Amino acid sequence: MTDASQMANGGSTSPLAIELSAINKSFGDVHANRDVNLKVVSGHIHGIIGENGAGKSTLVSILYGFYAADGGLISVNGQITTIRNSADAIGKGIGMVHQHFMLVPNFTVLENVMLGHEGSLSIEASAQKARNVLNKLSEDFGLTVDSDMIVENLPVGLQQRVEILKALFRGAEILILDEPTGVLTPQETEQLFDILRALREQGVTILLITHKLKEIMAITDDVSVIRDGEMVAHLKTAQTSPAELAELMVGRKVLLEVDHTPAKPGVPVLQAENLCLTTANGIDHLKDISLTLREGEIVGVAGVSGNGQSELLDVLSGITTPTSGSFRVGTNEITTQRPSDPAQLRRLGVAHVPEDRHKCGIILPFSAAESMILGYSGTDEQNQGWWLSPSALEQNCADRMHGFDIRPPLPSLASANFSGGNQQKIVLAREISTQPKLLLVGQPTRGVDIGAIEFIHKQLIALRNEGCAILLVSVELDEIMSLSDRILVMNNGQMVGELAREEADEQQLGLMMAGIGAEDGITTSQMRAGS
Amino acid sequence: MQEEGGVADLWLQFLLTIDATLRVATPLILCAMAGIFSEKSGIIDISLEGKMLMSAFAAAAVATLTSSALAGLVTAIGVSVLLGLLHGLASITLRGNQVISGLAINILASGLTVTIGIAMFKQGGQTPNLSRAERFRPIELPFAEQIGNLPLIGPIYREVISGHNILVWVALAAVLFTAFILTRTRFGLRLRAVGEKPEALDSAGVSVAKTRYLALIVAGVLCGMAGAYLSTAHGSGFVREMTAGKGYIALAAMIFGKWQPRGALLACLLFGFLEAVASRLQGVDVPLIGEAPVDLILALPYLLTVILLAGFVGKAMPPRAIGEPYVKER
Amino acid sequence: MSAPPALPRWADVGLIPLINVLAALIVSGVVVTIIGENPFEAMMVMIKGAFVYKGSLGYTLYYATNFIFTGLAVAVAFHAMLFNIGGEGQAYLGGLGAGLVCLMFDSMLPALVLIPLAIMASAGFGAVWGAIPGYLQAKRGSHIVITTIMFNFLAASIMVWLLAGRLKAPGQMSPETRSFSPNAELPFIHDIANALGMEMARSPLNLSFVVALLACVGVWVLIWRSRLGYAIRATGHSAGAAQYAGIPVSTIIIITMAISGGLAGMMAINEILGVQHRTILGFTSGYGFTGIAVALMGRNHPVGIVLASLLFGALYQGGAELDFEFSTITREMVLLIQGLIILFSGGLAYMFNRPLAHFLGFLLTPRHAGGGRRG
Repeated sequence: MTDASQMANGGSTSPLAIELSAINKSFGDVHANRDVNLKVVSGHIHGIIGENGAGKSTLVSILYGFYAADGGLISVNGQITTIRNSADAIGKGIGMVHQHFMLVPNFTVLENVMLGHEGSLSIEASAQKARNVLNKLSEDFGLTVDSDMIVENLPVGLQQRVEILKALFRGAEILILDEPTGVLTPQETEQLFDILRALREQGVTILLITHKLKEIMAITDDVSVIRDGEMVAHLKTAQTSPAELAELMVGRKVLLEVDHTPAKPGVPVLQAENLCLTTANGIDHLKDISLTLREGEIVGVAGVSGNGQSELLDVLSGITTPTSGSFRVGTNEITTQRPSDPAQLRRLGVAHVPEDRHKCGIILPFSAAESMILGYSGTDEQNQGWWLSPSALEQNCADRMHGFDIRPPLPSLASANFSGGNQQKIVLAREISTQPKLLLVGQPTRGVDIGAIEFIHKQLIALRNEGCAILLVSVELDEIMSLSDRILVMNNGQMVGELAREEADEQQLGLMMAGIGAEDGITTSQMRAGS
Repeated sequence: MQEEGGVADLWLQFLLTIDATLRVATPLILCAMAGIFSEKSGIIDISLEGKMLMSAFAAAAVATLTSSALAGLVTAIGVSVLLGLLHGLASITLRGNQVISGLAINILASGLTVTIGIAMFKQGGQTPNLSRAERFRPIELPFAEQIGNLPLIGPIYREVISGHNILVWVALAAVLFTAFILTRTRFGLRLRAVGEKPEALDSAGVSVAKTRYLALIVAGVLCGMAGAYLSTAHGSGFVREMTAGKGYIALAAMIFGKWQPRGALLACLLFGFLEAVASRLQGVDVPLIGEAPVDLILALPYLLTVILLAGFVGKAMPPRAIGEPYVKER
Repeated sequence: MSAPPALPRWADVGLIPLINVLAALIVSGVVVTIIGENPFEAMMVMIKGAFVYKGSLGYTLYYATNFIFTGLAVAVAFHAMLFNIGGEGQAYLGGLGAGLVCLMFDSMLPALVLIPLAIMASAGFGAVWGAIPGYLQAKRGSHIVITTIMFNFLAASIMVWLLAGRLKAPGQMSPETRSFSPNAELPFIHDIANALGMEMARSPLNLSFVVALLACVGVWVLIWRSRLGYAIRATGHSAGAAQYAGIPVSTIIIITMAISGGLAGMMAINEILGVQHRTILGFTSGYGFTGIAVALMGRNHPVGIVLASLLFGALYQGGAELDFEFSTITREMVLLIQGLIILFSGGLAYMFNRPLAHFLGFLLTPRHAGGGRRG
């Protein structure tokens, strides 16, 4: 236990906005935070980097009062305090911009900002006060949003701005941002960073939680690395490097690229023509998507989440019927008039690893054996009629677990009790074992530990080498760039560009993801020429 | 001349039906407003029926014992609030199943009212007949008789407006009250937020649980008034199962009114009108059909609600976060 | 629902329901005391009334038959995460189906053909009355809780209109059909027993009890051993996963509600074919709601449902005895107990989980091993 007297700055260095000492937090058997220490200098941008599941979110949840730490001390602006709930945190000047926005969708911006801090019993009076404050914040920091817009009609970048405004409205001097750039294009990210720098100038302390090395290097003054629940390093950003941080994050030298022999694409397996998807509320999710996938190649689809990639996977896997256009798998043509469904497409040799394994890929309360036949439980499979034999299920599962090194190898264990990586392996084992002609994959390594990531990447390459066509959708540009033979970029529901593996670099891809190439009619070669 | 008399007679009959509509609709309106408070805050409330029944019994029992309808009303409100808090305990604190909790309270109320009723009054579950003094009396507005003699519009004043007891006016005021609270006050803003996205309120530092409990308490007060109305204003004592499904009709009206006070009021008036018409047509021969199908008319509120829910007359969108117990995400 | 504190499976399935019943009985006991009677005496009367007196076991099982059907109905729907509150209405219409078949064919067909036909009709009518709300939920997004509640009232209106009108026995005042001819009657168990040489007291217990037990087996096989059952459970746990898997979610919802409605409809054969031998008003008597309690207590599993049905059967029969012996207590006491059981098992469900988990943890964890509880 740290002596409270040591908590005071004692005349050393700059004043600390936040100091955490020996913070511990466990959830049952999971020790999410172990003896975590942290010193955040006032007026600095301090990054916390770690893998998914390392304990970052738990830590900031403690800071914001969502959880109470099991042990340890928290000091804000030099004073030891307890933070029992969000109201306490807000009272101490801590504001948080959450990864998943805390906005009421059908309220206006003004109502969302006011909520909980109205300042008076009547809404009219509160609204007037709030408008004045918002105007001032707009002037000071460039955080401009139309107060009377309904939040759900705003683009994601602006919604995030509302989140920041909320925190500042409540008087935050310490701003925590939890994975803020997951939903932003590279250009929007730059805009966010400009705002953060402006805030820092005004003395706001910023705590940036992320798993992206590039962001840490780009904007933070200090960085702390968290791994497996423990803080393993505190460094000045200027004095470190991505490679060093990556190694600290993982604990061993990380192979940032997969061994990749060139592809030998064969006959087309999938041909999509002018696929369009418009949903009932009039939103065009897919606009004239055409693409061809051949045997033995991996085609990556890059793009910021929310630009139609999920919908593309849904259409190609048969979950959603396109509004117009068609796609052909082998000799079967699927159109709006002759729609398909996932069961039929599976029979045609199309397998699908979904983006959200908890929502679609496995069924958490089912045993692993039962999850292992998800999608393959219809009567045509295995020709067993209406009866499901428990022993056959178990055998099937045991075989797959062996082949894919899924741990623990217990078919009767509930799917929820497997780690993220092993759950993903269950899904992969199931889909790959049918020897598909086409594999649709979405976010294959989200929430998966590094060891499993390497395994999954190797499996995908091996599958490709055996002649399967793979469509890989991922928000992780690194993954796309290291696995794909060809890269397509989606923005706003359209395919805005295609690059071969050798030509692709992050800057170009970033521009295309933001739709810049398409709108200005700039071709790929012009971009390469740097015009 | 005969026709003139006939028209005036028809007009009077119509006004009397409107008058009856207001009387029938009063408990529906109060319960529908109660339902709006609960459900807008994210709590499914099937127990309007049970709260109303329990309050009706409490009001009648206490009115009998104290000879004061007001004391009955206060007790009814208290009982209803207690049941509301019980529902809150199950739904909010214990995060149990809200539909089941609501159903349980209804069944509980059915059993408890008769059981205690027999123990107290030994009349098979009823409470003794209340005298005029022990009930809420109709309020005759000034000059009702004189104005009532004016042709055509006179009877409107005399029959439809004058002569209702105070709780009818309270019900109409409740609609204004509900609309005002929801749209003009801080509490209403927070209540609506907590039914759509409770995390937003929680991360703003306001207690989700407190807001929901408050909503349930307000709902309890309104249901209590509805129950008291049934047994000490509209009726003259408690009779077993006297709510006869009104709580469910109020639920239907709330949905039919798309969880808005004004819409729910109109729906309650419509459903009340149907019931008033049905009772007036009892045994009457209707041209073409023969004997009036009173049972089918009484089934119309339920049928209309199903038709609305099926989306045939516009969409009925409940509050987004309804029915989901609030848990902080990891 | 959020995850409750972890309990070992035997405690979760065996102890907690027991504790819930106990809590309900204790609260009821308090009420009994308040109204001036001795709760323990009342308890004894109930137990004797349910099991000890002549014919009482038969009565208990007869009530239990109803609850098995309605409980299975609710349970099947629950597996698809559907709340079928419409058991009352579905059973009511099941009575219409059985009644219509018997009225039309009881003079033409022998019992061996007529009765299965009537059973199918009751299941069929109930299935339709369940499938319509299922369809509305699946295709139009109408919340099934509200629609099934509405459909209960609609069924009641329809039955009142029919039984007081076109289906009324000629020359009678009461709203009910004429009595069916003997070949439409399900034999009483006591008659069968007596015919086999065994002595058994008279009670309304009839062959539908056997049908109910067969239905239990059928439901178990359906839910846990068939592909349809897999699809139902998958849909119930995760509609997203079911969609991804190519399981036709809308169709599954409608099929599940049809099966559920059909099971509830079959409750009618106990009352209509087994006891009343004509279709009467209100024969469902709230048994549809009891089915909800039974499914909850029985954790949606046929074995649990049979046990819970026995418990409620005992409650109803014991309650009748209570009504008979105490002037101050009526059958509404059973409603009170039922409401409390539903409250504790469903609404306040997790009230006892945490203290029990702590208690068991304390009891079962060896001090020295320092082993944590299994998460």
